[in-house]
Amino acid sequence: MKKIMTVDDSISVRQMVAFTLKEAGYSIVEAVDGLDGLNKAKSIPINMIITDLNMPNMDGIEFIRNVRTLPQYKYIPIIMLTTESQQEKKMAGKSAGATGWIVKPFNADQLLAVVRKVLP
Amino acid sequence: MKESHLQVFLLEANELLDEIEHTLLALEEDLNNSELISRAFRALHTLKGSGAMFGFDAIASFLHKIENVFDLIRNGELNLNSQIITLTLKSGDIIKKMLENQPIDENEIANINENFASFLNTGVSGEPSSSISESNIETNSNLKKYIIKFAPTETIFMSGTNPLLLIRELTELGESKIKAESSIPVLDQLDPTLCYVKWEIELVSERSINDIKDVFIFVEDDCILEISEEVIQTGIFENTINVKEDCEIVNDELAQTISKKTTAEVPKEVITSIRVNSDKLDELVNLVGELVIVQARLTQIAVKQNNLDLLSISEEVERLTWNLRDSTLNIRMLAIGTTFNKFKRLVRDLSMNLKKEVELVTNGGETEIDKTVIEKLNDPLIHIIRNSIDHGIESPEDRIKNGKSSVGEIKISAAQSGGYVYIKISDDGAGLDKNRILKKAIEKGLASWEKEYSDSEIYHFVFLPGFSTAASITSVSGRGVGMDVVKRSIETLRGTVEIDSNPGVGTVVTCKLPLTLAIIEGLLVRVSNEYFVIPLSQVEECVEYHTQKSFNRHGRSLIEIRGKLIPYISLNQVFELIPEYNPREQVVIIKDSEYKIGIKVDQIIGEQQVVIKSMGIVFKNVETISGATILGDGSVALILDVFNLIAKVEKSEQAYTNSTITY
Repeated sequence: MKKIMTVDDSISVRQMVAFTLKEAGYSIVEAVDGLDGLNKAKSIPINMIITDLNMPNMDGIEFIRNVRTLPQYKYIPIIMLTTESQQEKKMAGKSAGATGWIVKPFNADQLLAVVRKVLP
Repeated sequence: MKESHLQVFLLEANELLDEIEHTLLALEEDLNNSELISRAFRALHTLKGSGAMFGFDAIASFLHKIENVFDLIRNGELNLNSQIITLTLKSGDIIKKMLENQPIDENEIANINENFASFLNTGVSGEPSSSISESNIETNSNLKKYIIKFAPTETIFMSGTNPLLLIRELTELGESKIKAESSIPVLDQLDPTLCYVKWEIELVSERSINDIKDVFIFVEDDCILEISEEVIQTGIFENTINVKEDCEIVNDELAQTISKKTTAEVPKEVITSIRVNSDKLDELVNLVGELVIVQARLTQIAVKQNNLDLLSISEEVERLTWNLRDSTLNIRMLAIGTTFNKFKRLVRDLSMNLKKEVELVTNGGETEIDKTVIEKLNDPLIHIIRNSIDHGIESPEDRIKNGKSSVGEIKISAAQSGGYVYIKISDDGAGLDKNRILKKAIEKGLASWEKEYSDSEIYHFVFLPGFSTAASITSVSGRGVGMDVVKRSIETLRGTVEIDSNPGVGTVVTCKLPLTLAIIEGLLVRVSNEYFVIPLSQVEECVEYHTQKSFNRHGRSLIEIRGKLIPYISLNQVFELIPEYNPREQVVIIKDSEYKIGIKVDQIIGEQQVVIKSMGIVFKNVETISGATILGDGSVALILDVFNLIAKVEKSEQAYTNSTITY
């Protein structure tokens, strides 16, 4: 079973992501911020990451950059959650190594469509 | 996104929303009309697509569920019902707000989304993602052939992108042929982390080019992407047939799509109408107004000098000026039908709110009326229609009890006659309750017990300020602003409003409106050394003062015309002008719907077309004058606001009688 990590300081977003993806047959790892996510990524093998950008301790961009330095995560898909006003953040995320983005607010269908788009 | 592009999108979005609304309202009468369902779906789909493109992601996501529901309906997996229509109409309103950046009630959206989701669940059984791929398959739009060249940068893997997934996604959009071209180097030079492959995909799909671009949205900057629609060599006709035959489209439908396609492509070259800022038009009308004044002066001078050459030129200029004036005013004319269409939604929502069944019938929507009049007409008409639905049309049970069909009917018709447009709003409801109106009028001190009132006098009470008979205040009407506001606003348009009713049969409200506000037919009169214009529409007749008997009773001047006493006002006194000895004074009789009043003047000069000039803000509190105009000799004539003038004189008379009683 493919393992997807959702990194977000908002519990409701994590729950929504987890619920949708579990139902679609993925297993979920939750992390509350970038630091937590990085630590978990080191100990658990993850197939894909969905991360928020605005987070305490370690923000999303920093987190993506750090994850990409780990050899086992060099090529996995990483999706960031942005709001539509964050065009420049989108670009920053991309150069940090994100695969794509989902604009908030999003619904279950959009989330699944994006996951299907990047995860084999 | 560029501002101008955004403007275009907003315009398109509003048009799409209007189309959705119209289609839905039409669908309500014919739930199974597949042509209309597809039209609604297409509009929703386009709106969603372009919304997402222009950054209105909230709208796009909101529309997604609605679109899916309509997709199910289109495929016959779900039956359209009025609940879906109501929800979709509501959603349309919310989207309008979203487009205008107005605050939105998130709960309402969630509520609507939930409702639509429930339709989705009843419609299909199965995994949630199926609705996405289902909406990918459209059955009857145009198939197009795309050639897509996709060459990712070598480092594409670094961002975690798997190009094969994108290719897979693309193949789901339609039938495809895929060619891969690789430039893989010899083994010892090969870097396994780099991508050496590029693709060329031939895709036959009914999706738009934007949908295809959407597939590559995450890699836009990391690849070379070329998408071209294949050129159709032998004309639209044959090619479309070939493609269409594949998807088994029946012949007449095909002919339709072809004709649509050709007409859709032509208008770019043949422009039949242009959009002009209405300010520019107003400016033009103003200039023409000035020209009319100058022309009148020219004519006057020509006549005075009695120079034949000058006369013939001035006549020529006069003819041209009138033509120019007519065609300029004509530009501002709009068919009133667009306003009528807005009422369909109003009637539908109101009648649902009040649990009544009401049908709206419109007639004469092609009647043209000045844009400025139409704009100001909206609110009064809405008010009248509201009243008709709320007070006029009975509940379905009552209607059946009274032997009527349970569905009430409101009819709006417009017709032009002379310089006026008559708009009639009639309902087949209970009619006005004379006794209740009279009782209420007496309660409010507007009428007295002792007096006998004619039917039309009683009906006239509803136009008085502060009159509202609704026993309970409903959300629709009865908030204290009543028909008096309607009357005021119609009167500011230089129109009149009348009401007639037949108990048990219905009520008719008739609004009479001038075709234009810029130029009016007026009666030019002289008082002392001043000139005044009385709008001709309000003039009933003119009589010579000295040939009639006149009286003075209770501080009020009266004149007897054909055995009837009519009160009159002397403009001399009102405006405190120096009276002159004049054996040929005239009285102009003004007719309101209910009463006649005379205005005494020194001389009637004649009928005249006058160009209305508004007076400066300094004079905005002068109620008795509604504007001014410039006469042929360059002098100024004031345009009387007759009804305000009468009201003012009445007030001062009352003050006079009261004071004489006290002392």
